[in-house]
Amino acid sequence: MSNRQSASLDRRKLLADPIMMGTIVVLIAFLTIFIVYPLAILLVDAVYSNETGLTMEFFQKSFASRTFRTAITNTLKVGALVGILSTLIGLLFAYVEVYVKVRTRFMAGLFKVVSMLPVVSPPFVLSLSMIMLFGKAGIITRHLLGIYDNNVYGFWGIAVVQTMTFFPVCYMMFRGLLKNIDPSMEEASRDMGASRMKVFTSVTFPLLLPGMGNAFLVTFIESIADFANPMLIGGSYDTLATTIYLQITGAYDKNGACAMAVVLLAITMVMFIVQKFYLESKTAATLTGKASRARMLIEERSVTVPLTILCSMIALFVILMYICVPFGATFTTWGRNFTPTLKWFRQVFERYKGFKAFKDSFVLSLISAPITALLSMIISYLVVKKKFKAKGFIEVVSMLAMAVPGTVLGIGYIRGFAGGVFHTGFLQGIYGTGLILIIVFVVRSLPTGTRSGISALRQIDKSIEESAYDMGANSFQVFTSVTLPLIKDSFLSGLVTAFVRSITAISAIILLVTPNYLLITVQINEFAEKGSYGLACAFATILIVITYGAVLLMNVFIKYFGTSRVQRKAEKEEQELARLAKKG
Amino acid sequence: MSVKEPKGVRLEHISKIYQDPKTKKDFYAVKDCNLDIKPGSFITLLGPSGCGKTTTLRMIAGFESPDEGEIYLGGEPINALTPNKRDTAMVFQSYALFPHYNVFDNVAYGLKLRKVPKAEIERRVEEILALVELSGMESRMTNQLSGGQQQRVALARALVVEPGVLLFDEPLSNLDAKLRVQMRTEIRRIQQKLGITAIYVTHDQAEAMSISDQIILMKSGVIAQMGTPMEIYYHPNSEFVADFIGECNFLKGAVESVDKGEAVLNVNGHRVTVEAGDHVSKGEQREIVLRPEAIQIGDSGLLSCTVELSCFMGSYQNYHVRVGDTLVKISDNCPVNKKIYQVGDTAWIAFDKECAHLL
Repeated sequence: MSNRQSASLDRRKLLADPIMMGTIVVLIAFLTIFIVYPLAILLVDAVYSNETGLTMEFFQKSFASRTFRTAITNTLKVGALVGILSTLIGLLFAYVEVYVKVRTRFMAGLFKVVSMLPVVSPPFVLSLSMIMLFGKAGIITRHLLGIYDNNVYGFWGIAVVQTMTFFPVCYMMFRGLLKNIDPSMEEASRDMGASRMKVFTSVTFPLLLPGMGNAFLVTFIESIADFANPMLIGGSYDTLATTIYLQITGAYDKNGACAMAVVLLAITMVMFIVQKFYLESKTAATLTGKASRARMLIEERSVTVPLTILCSMIALFVILMYICVPFGATFTTWGRNFTPTLKWFRQVFERYKGFKAFKDSFVLSLISAPITALLSMIISYLVVKKKFKAKGFIEVVSMLAMAVPGTVLGIGYIRGFAGGVFHTGFLQGIYGTGLILIIVFVVRSLPTGTRSGISALRQIDKSIEESAYDMGANSFQVFTSVTLPLIKDSFLSGLVTAFVRSITAISAIILLVTPNYLLITVQINEFAEKGSYGLACAFATILIVITYGAVLLMNVFIKYFGTSRVQRKAEKEEQELARLAKKG
Repeated sequence: MSVKEPKGVRLEHISKIYQDPKTKKDFYAVKDCNLDIKPGSFITLLGPSGCGKTTTLRMIAGFESPDEGEIYLGGEPINALTPNKRDTAMVFQSYALFPHYNVFDNVAYGLKLRKVPKAEIERRVEEILALVELSGMESRMTNQLSGGQQQRVALARALVVEPGVLLFDEPLSNLDAKLRVQMRTEIRRIQQKLGITAIYVTHDQAEAMSISDQIILMKSGVIAQMGTPMEIYYHPNSEFVADFIGECNFLKGAVESVDKGEAVLNVNGHRVTVEAGDHVSKGEQREIVLRPEAIQIGDSGLLSCTVELSCFMGSYQNYHVRVGDTLVKISDNCPVNKKIYQVGDTAWIAFDKECAHLL
């Protein structure tokens, strides 16, 4: 293949385009050094040390320890339950929205809030409110029900909090799938005499089955990789992510932590590969048809009423949990003294360097967001529109990075950069600085950005870029004058998503942050661990305000500067012309 | 307005190999294609889908690289040049207009890249928009234009950079039938006015006939025949070419004698004389290619037949008649004063020997 004339010509054409060539080289270097290398070094550290040489000792030791074995079963148990629950609740919400006639303003609002939550939700928030609502001093358990020794910590605490955190993702996935089912298929089934229930079990459900597997695995991976919630509400119930964290920060057992990280990585990778290459293609294969016309919504009260009540209760519960946090920040003592006060905010800013935490988090995220957005757009551009040899590498690495749990990446960075690359001192300078934090932010948000960039670019007719290229623009000019303006909306939302993800990041960051940098998320973790819920809530409230503000700002921006504006303007002029034509 | 010197295009032993995504086997999308396109001529690559015509065009534009052979533009080898360095401009099937630019900026795009002074850009864009009859539309967004107007913008955008060769990739297939006819006349008018070299890809044989100096008919990656529209229509070199260009009848017969460029064939027991080339010899089984409009139907003639379909089409009467085992299609023009045969009637068909071509 490669010795063909076309291959060598393609190579020569690539070399004639130095900007693109340079971009590709820089990208490959970046992905290799900051994603492949830290993970590779984990594997090396897990089977090799200077004292012992090549050995399986660390794996054996890890598997011999009861804590680790329990952590594995704990993680898998929680992951499986959360996966099932999130899939079911997500499906329920999507089904009600797409199939059932509940057209009240109130319900529409609830659904919108639920779909927004995963974007603006900082970690800890649900765990915090769970403790404040159902814990020993919880409002519901203690004050409403009079239970004094309720234990929210542990299996059920994690499961409930994670389900509440992840089900909106499933809901969004199912909404897309259900909207793509052609109503005629279901009508055909009903026409041949099937009841509503039979239509669901014989047509809708089988079509959704691969999608359900997909949603389950996505949530499963998220649950396994989650660090923040088990840390806070897990109590003595350790999962893999927290065990690894304690192994390196508490026991200071580097090789052990590496071996455990490799195990965690292996689990998420296998899940991810099954999800990506098996289920995702199957989902697409069963549901390719576009809905040909609007669906007849279910109106029977026996169906609509119970489903509406169920959905509203879940949605209200989630919203209650989010509202709980700002209240926690404004009450004098949670659970005892409910007098409104600003003392927690005052303490945050006066005693606990709240302003510095705010500034550090904000500035680092603000720097990393545009880098991430631009980088993910460039990667998607190369992957979708160009053909070159290393494309496969770039595509696979930026995609697989999605399955790398933050904790694993954090350990990889510690092992990989504390002594410089391969302990040579190269790049050692970045360890412990803000730069490595920015890089971690970028790497952690890159996969999501790339995924949305790829789907945005696939919508654009390939010949539009080819025509620019044909008119004499080089790759760089094509990208800046045609591609980027066309995916401006996606770029802007990628920018905000990267910002929000960065400012709410914790799992990898907590392992790499030095006392020079105070990050809001790390502060929340610290105060919540100490039991200072007022302070934790105050920090969390600030975080919610920032993230929500960023999302609002983005929507305003897209409204006024996005591509849709040009189209809207065009439509308006069109209407104006039509009106004039009628008059004339 | 004038165009700088048009360029010729030469393809020497061009091949392109693709891999079948299912079977993982390599196959030739284009095989050993040799072409010499004169400067200023309008040639059409015609063929069914998957015949390699678009691949050939994209190799000339530079989007695909040939696996064998060399492409020359104006005498220079261009194999290793990227599309932006080639003196070509392409009009795409989907028009590929930039949706975030208005008409003016779309057309000016190539000139801006060439760093042409602003005043000159304005002058040239104005000129070219006048040529495609879009004056006054400069500030419209492209989605406010009709399909035909979008097509004109795409044409103007390609023309304004004064390319050495203009490439068309099925540019009219998204338009409705009437507009298609109008636009192809327009394209031909502008091309002749500017004297520019044009290579046009289409699967529509009527479009190809009406627009080109030369037609190159392709099949499975190989050039089946090239020639002027008339040569290809009246002297097809194979059943495939004959059938692809217009409707066609094939009458089988054994050659009884050959004399002075004429051959006598026995068709269904009747003697038929046709023009014949050099490669005809006595005793062979050959086919006579006959166009439906070249056949007369009447009460006497060369071959007897039974009518199986008789259908009034307005400008002609459409007949299907059976001659022996063969079904023959006839279009009898201007049927108003003629005898109309009904299904089941027996009739005779005849044709001039100049209109019959021996395969």
